Amino acid sequence: MADTVLRLQGITKRFGSLVANDGISLALERGEVLALLGENGAGKSTLVSILFGHYVADAGTIEVFGRALPPGQPRAALAAGIGMVHQHFTLADNLSVLDNVLLGTEPLWRPSSARAAARATLRDTAARFGLAVDPDARVGELSVGERQRVEILKALFEHGTKRGARILILDEPTAVLTPQESESLFATLGRMVAEGLSIIFISHKLDEVLRVSHRIAVLRGGRLVAELPAADADTALIAEAMVGRRVAPAVKRAYALGEVVCELPAGPGSSSLQVRAGEVVAIAGVAGNGQQALAGALCGEHAPAGGGAVKVRGQPLPARPRAFVRAGVARVPEDRQAVGLVGELPVWENALLERYAEPAFARLGLRRRAPAQAHARAIVERFDVRGTEAAGLATPAAALSGGNQQKLILGRALTGGGDGRPPTLIVADQPTWGLDVGAVAYVHQQLLDACAAGAGVVLISEDLDEIFALADRIAVIHAGVLTEARPAREWTLAAIGLAMAGGGGSVRPSGETAHAA
Amino acid sequence: MRLERRTQPSARALLLAPLAAVAFTLAVTSLLVLWAGAPVGRAYALLLEGGFGSRFALTETLTRATPLILTGLAAAMAFRARLYNIGAEGQLYAGALAAVAVGGLHGGTGFELAPALLFPLMIGAAMLAGALLLLGPALLKSRLGVDEVVSTLLLNFVVLLVVSALLDGPMKDPSAMGWPQSVALQDALQLDRLIERSRVHTGLVAALVLAVALWALLRFTTLGFEIRALGSGPRAAAFAGLPVARTGVVVALLSGALAGLAGAVEVAGRAGYVTLDMSPGYGMSGIVIAMLAMLNPLAVVAAAVFVAGVFVGADSMSRAVTVPTFVADVIVAVALIAMLVATMLTQYRVRWGTPR
Repeated sequence: MADTVLRLQGITKRFGSLVANDGISLALERGEVLALLGENGAGKSTLVSILFGHYVADAGTIEVFGRALPPGQPRAALAAGIGMVHQHFTLADNLSVLDNVLLGTEPLWRPSSARAAARATLRDTAARFGLAVDPDARVGELSVGERQRVEILKALFEHGTKRGARILILDEPTAVLTPQESESLFATLGRMVAEGLSIIFISHKLDEVLRVSHRIAVLRGGRLVAELPAADADTALIAEAMVGRRVAPAVKRAYALGEVVCELPAGPGSSSLQVRAGEVVAIAGVAGNGQQALAGALCGEHAPAGGGAVKVRGQPLPARPRAFVRAGVARVPEDRQAVGLVGELPVWENALLERYAEPAFARLGLRRRAPAQAHARAIVERFDVRGTEAAGLATPAAALSGGNQQKLILGRALTGGGDGRPPTLIVADQPTWGLDVGAVAYVHQQLLDACAAGAGVVLISEDLDEIFALADRIAVIHAGVLTEARPAREWTLAAIGLAMAGGGGSVRPSGETAHAA
Repeated sequence: MRLERRTQPSARALLLAPLAAVAFTLAVTSLLVLWAGAPVGRAYALLLEGGFGSRFALTETLTRATPLILTGLAAAMAFRARLYNIGAEGQLYAGALAAVAVGGLHGGTGFELAPALLFPLMIGAAMLAGALLLLGPALLKSRLGVDEVVSTLLLNFVVLLVVSALLDGPMKDPSAMGWPQSVALQDALQLDRLIERSRVHTGLVAALVLAVALWALLRFTTLGFEIRALGSGPRAAAFAGLPVARTGVVVALLSGALAGLAGAVEVAGRAGYVTLDMSPGYGMSGIVIAMLAMLNPLAVVAAAVFVAGVFVGADSMSRAVTVPTFVADVIVAVALIAMLVATMLTQYRVRWGTPR
């Protein structure tokens, strides 16, 4: 068994009555990519935290390269050669790549730093694993993909007393990458494995999991429920193992197109955007490329960047959220905890957040509690918001799980006011970000049902699988510039990736972007 | 030592927190009493008796609590909407000055108006003065992002200097033998005694009514909902279309007006004129009271009576044993810190030692 680099034996961890990890045993071989899957709350983070000594397991042992890992010591895991690349980077923006990598590797009392040697090692490590990055570039000026390479280099780098990692844990590494950047990451993973490194790969994207990993381990409710070679698995099988029941993916059909429900005027360099009733128009793009401003304009938070006004059913609307809500715009914001909900307030007040002042729910400045609570209860029941069983509608919204928070927001947006009118336009900004497989399918189905009922949908997403599953037309946003929305079947994955990275220009005739790819 | 977030704070913990905080406070300050060379048990007994133990003590405590309830409400309402008004002291003086400006005997005569008309004018002027004084910092915050903690705090000093200038100038009482003291209010505008043979005045009733009214405002009105939503989730409130700017202005006016009213009530209910030391830090104590009350208007009443009782009791204690009166300041300050920690512990659980 010389080839087993990491062995977890019977790891159990309880928080009060909750069993976060229940007798989990796993082994990682030399030169292997192991995918670790599970819904939110399945115990992945707990397991990784135990491995890194942030928690101490109630039972079980960890062996790294044949030697027992002392529990509860964060340094021990690093010293044993385990590295981690977090989803949210832990780099200092104002330092150079080299300084970031050197940070913490040299004792502070040493008067000089062995920078020349370090630079040589860094170049050598970068070349070995195909992680091209300029050692003297400031991290703040790098793209997200480049920053991730710096994070990986930091883990692999050997200098002074620090040993390079031989086991690397990657947490949702592709969530922030374009398809091309993901490809280059996968190539790097291949080189690492060829050098005998081992990798634990945590991801929500089942297709890429199947591609890059050798073996798949699925956690559910703190237990290891499936462990199988990737060659024997398919996405349906894994999804079922994760959720514990069959998950029917939302099925997209073409619905009858109606009138134009939304018009966004063209901005500087940007194409205009029109959405018809019964269609889903997706806006693809890497995070931080102007999605926020676009969503803000479509939700009535501010005027469109190019001036003018957003028209809903031909009516130009003033840039005020209430005008948009009244015009039948269902708005699902990107950040559900800080923007979608007021966490400290109870569920029922959050369900009324957009409509508390409407005549059905308030009169002469006094709130009408009974109809308001009835409205909230209807939303909670119809959209299956769970987590209010103990304290009822008075449960603070922050106490709900992410998926249930999203159901509450979705329910609030899609239900409309006391008049029960269905929404005209739905603006959904990253509606499934961080949700588990079951909740994702639910949100997708709700969007499609509303679409079938005659709403137009604008879906802003970084997840291309989601976009191709739902969209009739796709536009790409890069550096604040929106391309023309073209039918989904005219886009190839390569063309979208190029446009997301800024290639292909802003508004071009349809053939050219695809050609450039 | 680490903190772990509790999933849901229990109702019992929320009730026990203030009691635990007070117990902790008394334990800590007993060290100070010991250091002063006084017997702890006797000192506390005297403190309790001096604050609450007799008719005189109780009425003095209630008199002292009246402006504290109002400044406590001013802080609580502003803090609820995340407007950190540290300027209640200045707003109180502005209100007191405005009250005297409207209702004072300038050069021996006042405005020739029926008291029934002049009284609301005086109260209105005081509330307006306090409100306008906070409106500036609130607008600077919402328009330009100026930190209101700094601007309201510094305005306190500005107001005190203005008061000082006025008391030595246009509003000086010529019959005060050179003391910097304002002209007196017309007799007809002074508040009535609420309790015979005491200094408790009808301002206490106004403060109690306001506490209940503000509690109801927060709970039953759309404005109250807007204030709570703005305070605990400003971005969500703006996204949902709540009138964020308007609510911010309304809260500023409300909070400033309450502090201004405290000034008017103090002038009309007690001295009858303004001096530079008319407030022994009522504005700042209001912040402590609001925090002790966890920003709940009804709890503000209890917290204000507690703080007033400690101050009044400490005065009488220091006369009997050799403990200086500033022990009252220490008690209130430690109570505040203990309360903040206790509130945090209702939200978090402390874990000792290495992570488990």
